[in-house]
Amino acid sequence: MELKQIATAGTMESSDIMITLSPNKTGLEIKLQSNVEKQFGQQIRTMIESVLKQFEITNVTVDAVDKGALDCTIKARTIVAVYRGLGKEDYDWEEINKWIA
Amino acid sequence: MDRLRRTMMFVPGANPAMLRDAILYGADSIMFDLEDAVSMKEKDSARLLVYSALKTFDYQSVETVVRINELSSGGRQDIEAMILGGINVIRLPKTETADDIRAVDAAIESVESHYQIPVGTTKMMAAIESAEGVLNAREIAIASNRMIGIALGAEDYVTSQKTRRYPDGQELFFARNYILHAARAAGIAAIDTVYSDVDNEDGLRQEASLIKQLGFDGKSVINPRQIPIINAIYAPTQAEIQNAKEVLAAIEEAESKGSGVIAINGKMVDKPIVERAYRVLAMAKAANMEVK
Amino acid sequence: MTINQVGRDIPDQYASQYGVYAGELTNIKDYQRATKKVHPVKPRDSKLLASIHDAIIQTGLKDGMTISFHHHFREGDYIMNMVLAEIAKMGIKDLAIAPSSIANVHEPLIDYIKQGVVTHVTSSGLRDKVGAAISEGILADPVIIRSHGGRARAIERGDIHIDVAFLGAPSADEYGNANGVKGKTTCGSLGYAMVDAQYADQVVIITDSLMPYPNTPISIPQTLVDYVVEVDAIGDPEGIAKGATRFTKNPKELLIAEYAAKMITESTYFKDGFSFQTGTGGAALAVTRFLKQAMIDQNIKASFVLGGITNAMAELLEDGLVEKVIDVQDFDHPSAISLGKNSEHYEIDAAMYASPLSKGSVINQLDIAILSALEIDTQFNVNVITGSDGVLRGASGGHSDTSTACKMSMVIAPIVRGRIPTIVDQVTTVVTPGSSIDVVVTELGIAINPLRTDLIAAFKDSKIPQLTIEALKEKAYAITGEPAPIKYGDWLVALIEYRDGTLIDVVKNV
Repeated sequence: MELKQIATAGTMESSDIMITLSPNKTGLEIKLQSNVEKQFGQQIRTMIESVLKQFEITNVTVDAVDKGALDCTIKARTIVAVYRGLGKEDYDWEEINKWIA
Repeated sequence: MDRLRRTMMFVPGANPAMLRDAILYGADSIMFDLEDAVSMKEKDSARLLVYSALKTFDYQSVETVVRINELSSGGRQDIEAMILGGINVIRLPKTETADDIRAVDAAIESVESHYQIPVGTTKMMAAIESAEGVLNAREIAIASNRMIGIALGAEDYVTSQKTRRYPDGQELFFARNYILHAARAAGIAAIDTVYSDVDNEDGLRQEASLIKQLGFDGKSVINPRQIPIINAIYAPTQAEIQNAKEVLAAIEEAESKGSGVIAINGKMVDKPIVERAYRVLAMAKAANMEVK
Repeated sequence: MTINQVGRDIPDQYASQYGVYAGELTNIKDYQRATKKVHPVKPRDSKLLASIHDAIIQTGLKDGMTISFHHHFREGDYIMNMVLAEIAKMGIKDLAIAPSSIANVHEPLIDYIKQGVVTHVTSSGLRDKVGAAISEGILADPVIIRSHGGRARAIERGDIHIDVAFLGAPSADEYGNANGVKGKTTCGSLGYAMVDAQYADQVVIITDSLMPYPNTPISIPQTLVDYVVEVDAIGDPEGIAKGATRFTKNPKELLIAEYAAKMITESTYFKDGFSFQTGTGGAALAVTRFLKQAMIDQNIKASFVLGGITNAMAELLEDGLVEKVIDVQDFDHPSAISLGKNSEHYEIDAAMYASPLSKGSVINQLDIAILSALEIDTQFNVNVITGSDGVLRGASGGHSDTSTACKMSMVIAPIVRGRIPTIVDQVTTVVTPGSSIDVVVTELGIAINPLRTDLIAAFKDSKIPQLTIEALKEKAYAITGEPAPIKYGDWLVALIEYRDGTLIDVVKNV
């Protein structure tokens, strides 16, 4: 799927992550700023990538500012950013529920 | 005895840190708020964050409740997401009529059927915040088999009544009692409104004592510090526990003698007293108290 | 490489120089106490000098010497920065500094290290800024991290010899009688400074409140002082002694405090005449508040509280709930005032507080200690010095001293902080060995060290939720995910000394 517009989800509060998705023409790029980069940087990137993969989104630049968000929060914020970027308000909960667990 | 609902803690749905920590504070119920606590722009985020939290954290030791949006402004998606998340109770915002209940019931049923979840698994709760709602409380309470409780939302209610909140609570007298009666007639729980002045512990104690006296099952809380205060008010005293044990002992003694009449210190003990004794001991046990 | 008793690798070069940790009491042995040079002061000699510059000249400070400071002024300290600035200006180089600890206000130290003014550092703590710089590798030789008791021992035994001690004093007379309870910017106890004053070859007292002779009370006596300098300000009052430390309102910290207080009151130690010490975090102070209520309810009076003193302890004294306050450091203004006016509030030096080589320190008499931790592992080892990213940031403090000596040591901490697990498989750096830690108290409940079979038996029927330390770790990792191992460089940036002088761990650069 192709993103229609730039979209952001999340805040800069402690335990949260702010994800901004910008459609590009060059493929997946993740720019991560995290206060736990050394301990969890790889895990955070993997989590974001896996969500994008579920939606088959490949041409996107991800700007992520992380303040110690847990996996469930990262997943949630990324999904919301994708839907906002696709301009869709009706979520396919059946789909989401299949692979969120 | 039905589950304890002494405290129902409000948790804003769009706050990841609070979603994670909600389970720590010993509330009997946790109410995730997708409605008033969430701005219009963030409804989608909150829905997904709460859904995600329900799937990740272990909320088994509490009753999970979610306050959804109106059906016409996101409520349907809320219902679908929350049922998939495994929520125990769906709470309507501002319930005015039995039709409101029936509409949400139907929405829930359609989701449960679709996902092959046994119909009736998800329960419901009403929140009454207006004169219309109060006067319809009786019908609201019995409008669905899913109904497990009614809560009072005092801030909106007093505004619509053209008054405000006062320390002695007289302005809520009718609403509280009518809702309570409706709940008791229907055999469901009655939950009192929030006490917003978090730093005024004496004020909270006073209000919690009042509603306990009236017969409410419990109270909504907005800060974990309020929980132990309310639990303490609801805890049976050792004297009450002692008394209850004496009642039960008297019953045993009467039964062993084959006597139909139960007496303690020469005073007759009849059915309501026995019922209350059982309730006290059940409450003490459920609250993990030492029954010496 | 030698592997020590807590399973940490110590490089051979340092293993042979310091010895490796082999048990809490293994290396406590008889010794000859260190001595110092004394330059007598004759009648009509004056100690009063016009400036720090003059003091540096008079002491004959040269390249390669060791100088020391105390950290009683915490983030409000001006002394170390002022003295080092002057030393740098005068072109003196290659100094070893031995402050009792370092604060973030000492950020200029990073430049002095880069310029070669300071080439060796020993301290209890490094905090964030200096710690991060040292973790990058700005020093050629590793920093030596010592606990409060360990520093006293190092000085007493001569492991470290101080040539000049520059000691800030809130008040002093022209002959050097100094205390921390009078003057423009009081700090209370001068406990750490007192040890330096006893053992340094030369002692310079720096004050901003010169008093008429004789200045009393006398924490540092004139007989130990060579020079006195008056400056405009020794520090910032806001940073030295804040207003009363507030109790936390954070629900999670309150929950932890409640479990800790419950454990204390249910223990056999909670009886008339008991003693305790708490740290200064929000949760630790809340423990004091809950304990206070229990003491009132059960009519129990403590014989003494020890520390690290805050207003909460001073209040216990005012309320008649404790007989004595034994004070090596005051953290806020009300406790500093209490030291000045209550005779039952008593100042002690760091050696009496916690030295393992004294003829018995006060911690040996302590019943209960509440401590914090950055990390705790499944062996109960504690890290208070590096973050989970491997960067130096905290302080050893009195952690390893207090925990081994008291009767019940309790580490209180949340199981995670943000996304960082507190309970882990292996701590990033060991400061306190697991054998010293009796209980870990978290918001989920307590974990008792399996070594304490007596506590396990005593708490068998307690209502406080109990888990194994492994279970706590699983819960922490379930929330955060398992952290990736840190990639260190090959450069040693810090040696962690156990209180007896052996090495319990080392830290490499990141």
